[in-house]
Amino acid sequence: MNPPGRDMAESDGRKALKERRRRWESTTLRNALASMPERRAEFTTTSSRIVKRLYTPLDLPEDDGLGKPGEFPFTRGIHPTMYRGRLWTMRMFAGYGGAEDTNRRFKYLIEHGETGLSVAFDMPTLYGYDTDDPEAKGEFGTCGVAVSSHEDMDLLFDGIDVGSVSTSMTINAPASVLWSMYLSNAEAHGVPWTRLRGTIQNDILKEYQAQKEWIYPPEPSMRLVVDTFEFGSKHAPQWNTISISGYHIREAGATAGQELAFTLANGFEYVRWGTDRGLRVDDFAPRLSFFFNVHNDLFEEVAKFRAARRIWAREMRDTFGAKNPRSWLLRTHAQTAGVSLTAQQPEVNLIRTAVQALAAVLGGTQSLHTNSYDEAYQVPNEKAVRIALRTQQVLAYESGVANTVDPLGGSYYLEALTDELEEEAYGYFDRIQGMGGVIPAIRKGFFQQEIANSAYRYQREVEDRERTIVGVNEFVVDEAPDVEPLRVTQASLRAQVDRLRRLRRSRDSKKHGRALDRLRKACEGDENTMPFILDAIRAQATLGEVCGVMREVFGVWEEPLLY
Amino acid sequence: MPKKIRVLIAKPGLDGHDRGAKVIARALRDAGMEVIYTGLRQTPEDIVEAAIQEDVDAIGLSCLSGAHMTLFPQVVQLLKRRRSGDIVVAGGGIIPKDDVPKLKKAGIREIFGPGTSLAEIVEFFRKAAKGG
Repeated sequence: MNPPGRDMAESDGRKALKERRRRWESTTLRNALASMPERRAEFTTTSSRIVKRLYTPLDLPEDDGLGKPGEFPFTRGIHPTMYRGRLWTMRMFAGYGGAEDTNRRFKYLIEHGETGLSVAFDMPTLYGYDTDDPEAKGEFGTCGVAVSSHEDMDLLFDGIDVGSVSTSMTINAPASVLWSMYLSNAEAHGVPWTRLRGTIQNDILKEYQAQKEWIYPPEPSMRLVVDTFEFGSKHAPQWNTISISGYHIREAGATAGQELAFTLANGFEYVRWGTDRGLRVDDFAPRLSFFFNVHNDLFEEVAKFRAARRIWAREMRDTFGAKNPRSWLLRTHAQTAGVSLTAQQPEVNLIRTAVQALAAVLGGTQSLHTNSYDEAYQVPNEKAVRIALRTQQVLAYESGVANTVDPLGGSYYLEALTDELEEEAYGYFDRIQGMGGVIPAIRKGFFQQEIANSAYRYQREVEDRERTIVGVNEFVVDEAPDVEPLRVTQASLRAQVDRLRRLRRSRDSKKHGRALDRLRKACEGDENTMPFILDAIRAQATLGEVCGVMREVFGVWEEPLLY
Repeated sequence: MPKKIRVLIAKPGLDGHDRGAKVIARALRDAGMEVIYTGLRQTPEDIVEAAIQEDVDAIGLSCLSGAHMTLFPQVVQLLKRRRSGDIVVAGGGIIPKDDVPKLKKAGIREIFGPGTSLAEIVEFFRKAAKGG
């Protein structure tokens, strides 16, 4: 893959600009530097990218190739009117304890004006274990909600109309199982699947690279992902069957450029697997969605979103031959950087989150989660979550940034950064291709090592005070932080386990056994697994049972050890 | 030449957040220590077994999933049961402040929250290995 050649042939206008620039440097600038040197020898972004003193038209190609919003290559946004037409979806990631606890949190958030739901599952659920599995000990509901059966899923959405709300579920290795629970829940409530709107994260590649919640090896996992593409395109056409996620890659330590490159490389890999299955690219590409991090460096983050849209559009059209313009659109969710939150002076996190949220909006995101200020300690308490949501509402209704499309477009600095990030991404695409593609590179530990190296470099910069973190290595105070604790109760755990055991006792065991047998055969063969998972869920199989069958057939992944 | 300090860096439970554990492992290695990194998804039994096999001076546990109250004390108990109570155990991660005194009472020598400097952690393990 190659970035487009940009015509840098020098025109007279450009020569004149250069001359003016040279004059400024040798007079005004020189005098200023003589009387007051700059604060540092070198200025860098959060990702250690060197930033120049001044950006001018000379940093951009003469034909900027920017285009208009809503038109190829969509650098300025995927809609011609952007937030003037419709604001981004305010979607707060939430989940703790049992289904009832999280259901209460959903209703609280809806009451306070959030416009989409987003489910955080607990660790056992993410790994495909039931709450009462020995592997789940101590992990119930601590960093998300436990959902082991379709009954839990039903309780989670109790009193919420799944036919009208859009729901995002952060679930990967067992994504098709949790999605089947959601689908069967809708079915039970008489809501046709064609009306369902939402997203399953279902991005297994970044699990091996960064988030590390994998179960099976890459190949069977990719098969399961493509099964959902195929099934979704036929039966749930408004559902995003994947959210290709840079978020976790960034949180694990990657730079903005690595986040961009690895995420898009993963995206192309999914497209290849889909077309290798025989699916037509335009049948599934419009349902591929993205998810990026927004860290502290405002301009670099905005540039990342713009570069991502431009690269995706070009490659989908030119490399993968997508004809439907909807296949070219990079639609994305964004979340502020959890990793930037500090335990020291936690209230300062409110300001960090506001700056990051601003970057996401200026970057043209379709939906946004804002972190709460207490998250360096715990899953957020109610008040902290409400303030986080209010941050988005202030941006949307008070700041004025939503009044015009791509308000930073044309900034010399921003456009130069966008070009630089794009180039960096293509450099990585070549390296990944050189290793034989994304999966061989995972097996080599390439992404994992790149990410660990960046994480360590960042930490050393903080340690050596080359990088200032307010309240951590500068402007420190000696005061105990004031964070109200949030606790998962033992009562929730007991209720969840009782419910599970009741379900196992009361179900039709013959029907249940047959459904799991059929699922096993499907996994051993090459049929689409989705209808079989759905049947198992309808026969009251639990998450752990379905994933147990798949573990037996597919095996489990062992990651290369490195640091 | 004095014996190198040996530290086991371990990820107990299902938690996949390994950024912190890897950064610490590297910082200890750069400080001249022998570091054994267990990788993810280790049970307390796995961790104690590895610590004894590798004859380490100390164990650093990292957990960001909230399961620390169950998993950290288990490591200490198992070490005692295996007559290896002299191995110092420290922990880090996303840990509510009210849990810190409880964990210390359960025998975890120190809890390092987000923002702790690498120098402080290196110093802790250096002292711990000297029996400090």
